[in-house]
Amino acid sequence: MFGSVPASIAATHSVPALLALSAAPLAHLRPLDIAVVAIYFGMVVWIGFYLKGKSNTSEEFFMAGREMTAWIAGLSFVSANMGSLELMGWAGSAYQYGILATHWYWVGAIPAMLFLGLVMMPFYYVSKTHSVPGYLDLRFGGHARTLAAVSFATEMILMSGVNMFAMAVVMKVVLGWDITFSILVSSVAVALYVGLGGLRSAIFNEVLQFVLIWGGAMLVPILGLIQAGGVAGLKRQIIQNMHTDTYFHLWRDTGHFADNPMGVHWTGIVLGLGFVISFGYWTTDFLVVQRVLAAHNLRAARMAPIIGSFFKMAVPFIVILPGLLGLVLLQNPDGSRRQLVGEDVVKTCATVTSASEQSACSNAMSKTKLTPDAQKKVLSGAADTELHSYNEALPLMMVRYCGPGLLGLGITALIAGFMSGMAGNVSAFSTVWTYDIYKPLINKKGSDSHYVAVGRMAIVIGVAVSIGAAYLVMNAHGIMDYVQALFSFFIAPLLGAILLGMFWKRATSIAGFLGLLGGILTSVGMFIYVKFNPAGLATIALSPDAKPMAENLYRALWAFLTTAIIIVLVSLVTKARPVAELDGLVYGATKLPKEPPVAFYKNEYMWAILVVLIFATLNILFW
Amino acid sequence: MHGSGIPIWFFIGVLMFVYGVLILGYGIYEVVVGPLASVQLAELHTPIWWGAILLAVGVLYIVKFRPGRASN
Repeated sequence: MFGSVPASIAATHSVPALLALSAAPLAHLRPLDIAVVAIYFGMVVWIGFYLKGKSNTSEEFFMAGREMTAWIAGLSFVSANMGSLELMGWAGSAYQYGILATHWYWVGAIPAMLFLGLVMMPFYYVSKTHSVPGYLDLRFGGHARTLAAVSFATEMILMSGVNMFAMAVVMKVVLGWDITFSILVSSVAVALYVGLGGLRSAIFNEVLQFVLIWGGAMLVPILGLIQAGGVAGLKRQIIQNMHTDTYFHLWRDTGHFADNPMGVHWTGIVLGLGFVISFGYWTTDFLVVQRVLAAHNLRAARMAPIIGSFFKMAVPFIVILPGLLGLVLLQNPDGSRRQLVGEDVVKTCATVTSASEQSACSNAMSKTKLTPDAQKKVLSGAADTELHSYNEALPLMMVRYCGPGLLGLGITALIAGFMSGMAGNVSAFSTVWTYDIYKPLINKKGSDSHYVAVGRMAIVIGVAVSIGAAYLVMNAHGIMDYVQALFSFFIAPLLGAILLGMFWKRATSIAGFLGLLGGILTSVGMFIYVKFNPAGLATIALSPDAKPMAENLYRALWAFLTTAIIIVLVSLVTKARPVAELDGLVYGATKLPKEPPVAFYKNEYMWAILVVLIFATLNILFW
Repeated sequence: MHGSGIPIWFFIGVLMFVYGVLILGYGIYEVVVGPLASVQLAELHTPIWWGAILLAVGVLYIVKFRPGRASN
């Protein structure tokens, strides 16, 4: 989850961009598959051209004319977040950790989505802001806005590049496609359809991509369950293979870091993931909030995240389930069970010709769950004995069941996921650049058409810079960790500033700016501390048993708390704005518009209650 | 969505329809000439029923959201 850079997975998860490149492609597309992929590209570009004439004013280009229905805004809201890195990465995580990975889709998303819809959306919507930094401007002034806008814009572009590179590597590994070809084709398509049709085109395509992702990925769990003998058969075989039932428990084994394979504690999941990271991403990240701001009225804006939350809860069916099925169904060519390993082991064992390479590979494999027999086969270098990584679980399952046409559909689903994330990045970048950087800092007096032209140019330049970032990452893998960590630096402090700004009248402008800055510096400081002193992880996560996944959760928590404490302390010693100036911005100082009563089945609270009931039932069911 | 001409659901319908025709067509061809690719559960003839589902969804969306009809 968490979108184009998996906000929370940013540094917490091995990204498929690190997939080893040396292995033979997993699949070969036939003409029918290529036709399916080509038709998809034709369709997205057609949509861009079709919508060009409907994106002439800035309100149309940047806010899609604020005409979206709740369904379209809701599906786009979820789709912009559903990148293929996540589909593949979390399927791999499920293979490694079991349904513990589902936390990133349930507790790490649902409460925050409901909070956005029911509590925060009215303030974003009523203030008529164009962006989240724009809200900070209204609430805390220009300094906070500029800090948030510059950091967000930088992050969007760099992340777009990282995703672009990651997608190209996935296409290389799965299909053997040339990296430059994949980068150019996908980026030109995105630049075309977003540049022509603006946010409306991005949203249209995200809805299309959402349908494709489901249409292409749903077959794997359906066919996998049939072959595994249903859920009961899957459970029985996993217990038989793995000798533990921990793969089926969400909460039971999170009482101590050492009790679960992820090395996390429930406090980190609830407070770090479920509160700070999740609320930070889903309620303040403009990439997703922009989709909801495009709704045609306040009720639709409130309903959109609630509609999205139903689909979000269902995503584990196409992501987590294939990972679990892979544990029991994936086979080597000789019929034995195929065991996936980490990227590092795949890389180390890519060539085993010399004695030193064999020794390194043997050493790496000894730390895995590979059987001695399997290790011996890999070391022999025989054909069809290459290792595959956890992140390849989903494509391997796809290849297992999908023949011509269906494989093309599955690959199109992966490409669609990448492109929806990339389009989300560049459309959000374009809006923030134009409204929060260019307009206030460079040219305040441009005409409406001038700002649309600037926005279009920003998309083209943004995509070009993303391509540059992709090649930078390709040639210097070490910087990838830093780029991905960018996300986690900003999101928690931003949440602190927005929450206190929105719900505490006393919060002052200077306090908002200093709190944001202090939180970002705290987060960066902790990241550098652990980077250069890995033992520091135990201090940050409060346990010597904590693993890297826990560090991110706790780092976010400390950064949030730092921001909140600074804002409270500084606000208490500085002069607050008159309450009258806070109308439309702060809870308790705003008269929210009364919405006309609607039938119960159109009422957002009724649907929110249903979401809560399903969410609670699922957590109890998989306790 | 309001005031934007062709609804997104129509585009989705067209895409599903085309994919349905291609995949169902391949599935029928495969039944006639035998499987062209080695995949698991080939005996379920997945391309036929999955292609038929895509085709049905495509037709439904094209008819329901065709341009000129009341917007969604």
